[in-house]
Formats: sequence, C-alpha cells, structure tokens
Amino acid sequence: MKLFKFIGHKLKQRKLKRRNRSLGGDIILFLVLGLFGLFSLFPLVYTIVSAFKPFSEIFIFPPRLTVDNPTLDNFFDLATIVEDFTVPLSRYMFNTLVITGVGTFGTVFLGSMAAYPLAKYVFPGSKLMSNLIVYALMFSTSVTAIPNYLIMSKLHLIDTYWAVILPAVGGTLGLYLMKNFMVQVPDDMLEAAKIDGASEFGIYFKVVMPLCKPAWITLVILSFQQMWGTTGGVFIYSEELKPLSYVLSQLVSGGIARTGVASAVSLVMIIVPISVFVISQSNVIETMATSGIKG
Amino acid sequence: MEKKKSNFAITWKKHKYKYLMIAPFGIIFITFTLLPVLVSVVLSFTSFNMVEAPEFVGWKNYLDLVVYDPIFLTAIKNTLFFAIITGPVSYIMCFLFAWMVNDLPRIPRAIMTLVFYAPSISGNAYLVWKLLFSSDSYGWVNAWLMKLGITQEAVYWLVTKEYIMPILIIVQLWLSLGVSFLTFIAGFQNLDKSQLEAGAVEGIKNRWQELWYIILPSMKPQLMFGAVMQITSSLSVSQLSIDLVGFPSVNYAGHTILTHLHDYGNVRYELGYACTIAVILFLIMMLCNIVVQKLLRKLG
Repeated sequence: MKLFKFIGHKLKQRKLKRRNRSLGGDIILFLVLGLFGLFSLFPLVYTIVSAFKPFSEIFIFPPRLTVDNPTLDNFFDLATIVEDFTVPLSRYMFNTLVITGVGTFGTVFLGSMAAYPLAKYVFPGSKLMSNLIVYALMFSTSVTAIPNYLIMSKLHLIDTYWAVILPAVGGTLGLYLMKNFMVQVPDDMLEAAKIDGASEFGIYFKVVMPLCKPAWITLVILSFQQMWGTTGGVFIYSEELKPLSYVLSQLVSGGIARTGVASAVSLVMIIVPISVFVISQSNVIETMATSGIKG
Repeated sequence: MEKKKSNFAITWKKHKYKYLMIAPFGIIFITFTLLPVLVSVVLSFTSFNMVEAPEFVGWKNYLDLVVYDPIFLTAIKNTLFFAIITGPVSYIMCFLFAWMVNDLPRIPRAIMTLVFYAPSISGNAYLVWKLLFSSDSYGWVNAWLMKLGITQEAVYWLVTKEYIMPILIIVQLWLSLGVSFLTFIAGFQNLDKSQLEAGAVEGIKNRWQELWYIILPSMKPQLMFGAVMQITSSLSVSQLSIDLVGFPSVNYAGHTILTHLHDYGNVRYELGYACTIAVILFLIMMLCNIVVQKLLRKLG
C-alpha cells in the first residue's frame, strides 16, 4: 500500500515538474547550458590533459587539446621531488587535514548557531550585529592581516594551526549565508517545537538545521575549499606545520622545466575539492513537495 | 542607575540563550575580524611603516590619496568599470544558470552544477588563461588566429593596454559562477514546490511568469546574499589582475583599488596609506550595497 502511495507521489511530482514547460524553451535552455558549459570546462580540460602530456608534446605548435602519447611521467617526477622533502609528505597532509577539518567544522557549526537567533528574533543588539556581519564582509583582508598578526602574536598563537583556523572561523560569510536561509523557516514550526518543550538550542539543532540542509552543505563546500587552499603564509612558519597547498604551490613556481609537474600538481590540488563537492552535493536530497520550507 | 541595571537583568534573562548561542562565534569574530578592522581604520590616520611606531597625521593620507595620487584615480576608474560590467552580469548569470540547472533531472543537474562551478573550485586554474592568451605563437588564441589567417603575427594580449581590461573581464566572468551560484542552487532546493503548483492552478502560463511572480519573491534572502557577494567580489579584484597581466600592468591598464593597496601595503610598506585605501574601498562597497539593497526590496 505504502509503495503505491510512494509511486503515486513520485508520478505527481514528475508531472508537476513538467508543468509550464514548453519544448522550444527547453531546447533553448539546453543550448545555452551546453555552450556555456563548454566555455566553462575548456581550460580545466586543458589543465587535466596537460598533466598527462610528455615533455615533447607540451610545446607543440599549434597547441592541442589532445595528447598522442599519454604518460604518467609528470606524476612520477612529482613523486621523486616529493621524496626529497625534508619533511615527509604525510606530515603536510596531516596538517591540511587538521586545518581543513577543524576550520570547516568551526565555521559551519559556530556560524550557523549564531545565525539562528539573528535570523528569527529581534532583541537588543540584534540589528547592530546583523549590520556588522554584512559590512565586515567588505573590509579588505589584506589590510587586516597585519593587525591580525599582532593580535595573534600577543595571544601566542603564531605558528600554530589556530593562526589560520581562527580568522577563517571569525569570518562572517558563513553566518550571513545561514542567516539568509534561516529567515525562511516558518515561525509556526518554531512555535510548535517550543510547545513540545524544545530548548532554543534544540530548535536550532533539530528543526532549523535539517530544514536548511542545502544551505549548510553549501557552506561546507565553500569553507572546505577556503581551508584547503590556505598556505599558512606568515602565520605558520615552521616547515612541519605547513599545509599541503603551501608545498605544492612552491613546486609550481619552478620554471619552464617543471611545466609538466605543475600541471600534475594542479590536477592533484583540484581533485580533492571536486570529490568533496560531488559527495556533499549528492547528499542534498530534494526537499519533498509538501514538507519543504514555506516562504 | 538601579532601574537601568534591572532592565539589563530582564533583557539578559529573556534573551539569555540567544546571546549564549551567539557568544562563541561573537568572541572569535570580535577578536579576529572586528578588532583588526578597527585597528586598520585607526591606522588610516597615521603614517606607519611597520618598523617605527605609527605617527598620527590626521586626514593627510586621505587628502594625498584623493588629490595627489593620479594612479589611484586610474585604479578607481578601472575598478568601477570592471565592477559595473562583471558585477551585474555575473549576478544575473549566477541566477539564470542556477535556475536552468534546477530544471534538469537530478543526475544531469549534479553534473552541470559541477561543470559550471568547476572554475571556482579549481584554485588557481585560471592561470591556464595565461597560456591561452600567451603573447607568443604557443598561445592558443594566437595560434588559432594565425592558423586561420586572421592575424599575421602574434598579438601581445596581456601587455597591450587596450586588451588588458577586456581579458580580465572575460576571465572574471568565467570564474563568476561561484559562491552566489551555489547559494542560488541551494535556494532553489529549498523552494516550496507546492507554491509552484498553486501558481500553475492560478493561471501562471509559462516559466517566465513563474520566475517573476513566484520564484523571485520567495528567493529574496538568497538574492540579497548574492548581491553582497557580487559587490564585494567585483570591487575587490586584484589577484587575478596581478597574476594575469603582471604588477604593475602596462600603463596601469589593469591597476585596481586593491592592486594599489597591494603596492603600498606589501611592496612599499606604507601601511597607514594602505589602510586609507582599504577604508575608501570599504566606503564604496557600503554605498553600492545600500543602493543595491534598495533596488532589491522593490522586486516582486
């Protein structure tokens, strides 16, 4: 019985989806999507292909998008260079893991927890905080890096993981993103949860967050990417605390002889964020027709 | 005094959990975001070279910047030109593509989202454009133009002042399906589909009406967010320019407010002056934000 209901529901959804859609419009949309998709993809394909090109094919005239004799040489070269590091590669990977993991978790959890009261309630200071959060996005971080450095050294946090994690968690993009989605959660849902005796934290965690899943998944992607790309800069100077992206970016600046290796590095650096993106996007289940957020 | 205190106590009691939920983020935000910004604003009124103590100079930096720094005016001009084109165009692109992608069945939708988002996910893959527009005949664009007989010799794309800005704009547009695009996609996933159904019953005829009357009004929070993102990203272009056309660029054709800041902050170590530039950029963004938010409120 339940199965029939489910199938019926699915069919209804499908029919719904096709409502108000003309064939002509569909064709135009597919053309636009396809064309821009190629434009968007082209340089990436070029990067990927270059990683498999032997040295002799890198400087062919005219340049080609195909490779005649694909080779893994670039990756072997990369491996050889990596073996000569004073600090083992696994150490860099561990650093990246900690920085990315803690940074992403902190950004998503603390940001969304603070976003909930600001999105759903008015209380003394809420307006001021909301404004600060938007305008904080607009101040150039390349200037604030220096005061930030001074603050970090006063707190003895320079050359620790915290020196790159804390400024990222203190950024307001995540909070602002979550707040804009949480505004859409209907008030009567919160009221109902309150009547059931849920605490504010309980409402946030059990009602608001599940409803805003697409939003925080997006934030996970954005935050992961940001943390993954961080090189530590002057905030982490010990070689054994530097993240992977630092050492790989050092390799890329090795001149023309390393063009192939550089492509291999780019490919390695791209693959992880893409995997995270695909895995987390596939986790966003379509919100059901009736249980979705009512605007 | 007594009364004030009790007011405070009442407020605290009533909203205790809200403040407690904000506190962990709040402390980190104040220490590592707000405080550095305030320090920078104070520094903008000083002369500070990072070695000696900052020296208070009043409005001198602001005066120098606006009146005696012709390169800064070029930077403002370039930045505004760049932002006026890339800001709105990429904003609309983000929304339209998210909307189109949302119409696809599940698997193709996931693939297309990845395809469009790919340029932003891949770190500095935009450096590939440097190869494409390379000034010798190995550059793709040159190679093809020469092969097809359109030009006889290689064009110096990235070092000719007429081409610099258009190329930066093209690459920025290519990069532009980023944060806002993903947010819009998530916004569409959060959309209440029974509303669309109701709309169809009530006489919505085609996808454009559906977009205008139902989708746009109910996606206002996401649209606001996207607008702020576009304003900040299109006005704070710098790394792209430095990486693609070099620093300083030929005839300052790719010079922007932030590359000017980079010049004073990271090259000349005149930090007070660099902070002044940051404050001015901040004011420009604030102004844009107020205008755009007003426009968006009128929507739907």
